[in-house]
Amino acid sequence: MGNVILLIALPLAMAFFIPMVGRKVRWLPDVLANITTLGLFVLAGQSWGREGIYTMGGWPAPLGIVLVLDGLSALLLFIINLISFLATLFSVDYLEKLYTSKLRYYSLFLLMVAGMNGAVLTGDFFNLFVFLEIASIASYALVGFGCEAEELEASFKYLVIGSIASTFILLGVALLYGRFATLNMADVASALQHHGFDQVSLFALVLLVVGFCTKAALVPFHAWLPDAHPSAPAPISAMLSGVLIKAIGIYALVRLVYNVFGISPLLASLFTYLGVISMMAGVLLALGQWDFKRLLAYHSISQMGYVILGFGLATPLGLLGGLFHLLNHSLFKSLLFFDSGSVEYETGTRNLEKMGNLVQKMPVTSGSSLMASLSISGIPPFNGFWSKLVIILAAVQAQRPGLALWAVAGSILTLASFSKIQRYAFWGQGKDFDAKLWEGWKEVPVLMRVPLLVLAVLCLGSGLALWHGLKGLFGPAISVLTDGPTAYIAKVLGR
Amino acid sequence: MNERQPGMSLVVQTVTRWLKGFIFLYGVYVILYGHLSPGGGFAGGVIVASTFILLTLSFGRERALGKLGKLMASELDSFGALLFLLIAVLGTAIGGTFFLNFIEKNWPTGNFHLFSAGIIPLCNIAIGIKVAASLFMIFIILAVIRVQEVRGKRKLITTEKRRKER
Repeated sequence: MGNVILLIALPLAMAFFIPMVGRKVRWLPDVLANITTLGLFVLAGQSWGREGIYTMGGWPAPLGIVLVLDGLSALLLFIINLISFLATLFSVDYLEKLYTSKLRYYSLFLLMVAGMNGAVLTGDFFNLFVFLEIASIASYALVGFGCEAEELEASFKYLVIGSIASTFILLGVALLYGRFATLNMADVASALQHHGFDQVSLFALVLLVVGFCTKAALVPFHAWLPDAHPSAPAPISAMLSGVLIKAIGIYALVRLVYNVFGISPLLASLFTYLGVISMMAGVLLALGQWDFKRLLAYHSISQMGYVILGFGLATPLGLLGGLFHLLNHSLFKSLLFFDSGSVEYETGTRNLEKMGNLVQKMPVTSGSSLMASLSISGIPPFNGFWSKLVIILAAVQAQRPGLALWAVAGSILTLASFSKIQRYAFWGQGKDFDAKLWEGWKEVPVLMRVPLLVLAVLCLGSGLALWHGLKGLFGPAISVLTDGPTAYIAKVLGR
Repeated sequence: MNERQPGMSLVVQTVTRWLKGFIFLYGVYVILYGHLSPGGGFAGGVIVASTFILLTLSFGRERALGKLGKLMASELDSFGALLFLLIAVLGTAIGGTFFLNFIEKNWPTGNFHLFSAGIIPLCNIAIGIKVAASLFMIFIILAVIRVQEVRGKRKLITTEKRRKER
């Protein structure tokens, strides 16, 4: 259990150490950042399958801050640190060509990772808010990292909406603290069980749900995402879409609803409605986009709809689908953003109409993007197919065939919009395709190819994670959610 | 009119010259007594930073940057954060728990004296350094950076760099 604190302390320390020592030697920031994220990935792998409580400063649970490691946080830690390692690997050459100031980039990047690791580990409401703000504020700065007018505008929009969401969360936490005189999540859950719901805690719940839904960019709280995610550098887009909206949005929402307040039929149906609306609105808005990354960003909204639909069904099978789709989405969506980064690295544009015939010039990029497109559209045998299948089966099993129908429709529209990317960028030509420029394009450097290949293999292979179904890889995480507040209280407070 | 002097009028400059030391010392006092009286690392750090901000406002930024350079401020910013983490990690090394207060609380002069409360004054000093340096950095960056047209694109430019290009 002692290693868990390193997941927060190590990236924080390196975030401040790199700008101190990295000014003189050009290659040092790259090396240090990659070693750090690799170390974090190893630490996250070690914490897999373990459970425990870590008390900060030796203060026991309701008084001090505790870190809670269980199946759900271990799953999220694995996803966060896998994608962040691949993103730093991708950043080495990508940043060299397109951006300046690697020191600040790595510093902000590691702060964001520290914030996310902290947010999924903590068992304290106010600490959750602090880590969530660390991750969010680092991501505001990273979205505007290119410092061009559009990027700054997107960053400012993200900043304003994100801060409003944070204020909602802080107000909710303050109300809970005022009502129950405790900030420990398990202690709040136990107080809720003793006193029952009253209007204050209900209002706090509403504020928290709105705040976390905004962080997770579910429709109708999604307005910041289609601007913010395309404006960031590609590895950061991959982190934002692949990890950030899950770690500080979906995870926090699910932890709050399942383990503190307890899932109720009203909340469950709210989740399913949010899921269906996000699913359909995201994919319909994506269809008309010509900006490679903006199209992907709209799909993040749509895929988050699938995830939250799975959680809204509130059956073990639905939870399995939600968690599995959460893992799969982080794999294929970060792969797609890396692909868009590779294409931008070579062609210098994100406009699909200016691309064409990339399959002949960039075999690795186009091959991996084809695999990711098939994954996200739910074509067997790729991972997206299996997780969508589980969600659809869970909807049918829960006597909600209408939801299953919407999920299928969303999947078909996803296939349509990814055919568009494949057709214009890789296999055919856009309207403004320039054959002279095309001659000069070539495959990206090796360090950028490695993350593409790793993620492409994982997209193909992670369907195997479904082995043993409810008792397999996702078993611990599912049981954390199905056991509800009582088991969580017993685990953290020991009563 | 003569060439414009950077900064504000003579009155402001004189008063600043008299007061800057006292403001700085008050900031240090608030940091050091953070565990006994209202205030602490953050509040004291803000007061210390306000000394440098006052210097910038009344004498122009060259004078303030002469006292605390941008590079130095950035290094101090990182140093404060690392010091804070180091204290926390020392807790792990000595007592086995992150952020453990590993110094005896009433050591060496007893409770409610300047030297007491274990690691809390040390944490306050680390936070004070960090907050002072980073607030000064934020102010300088807001003062230095402008939006400019460069080859048809609007970009953020530091005005110092532009002066060199001319």
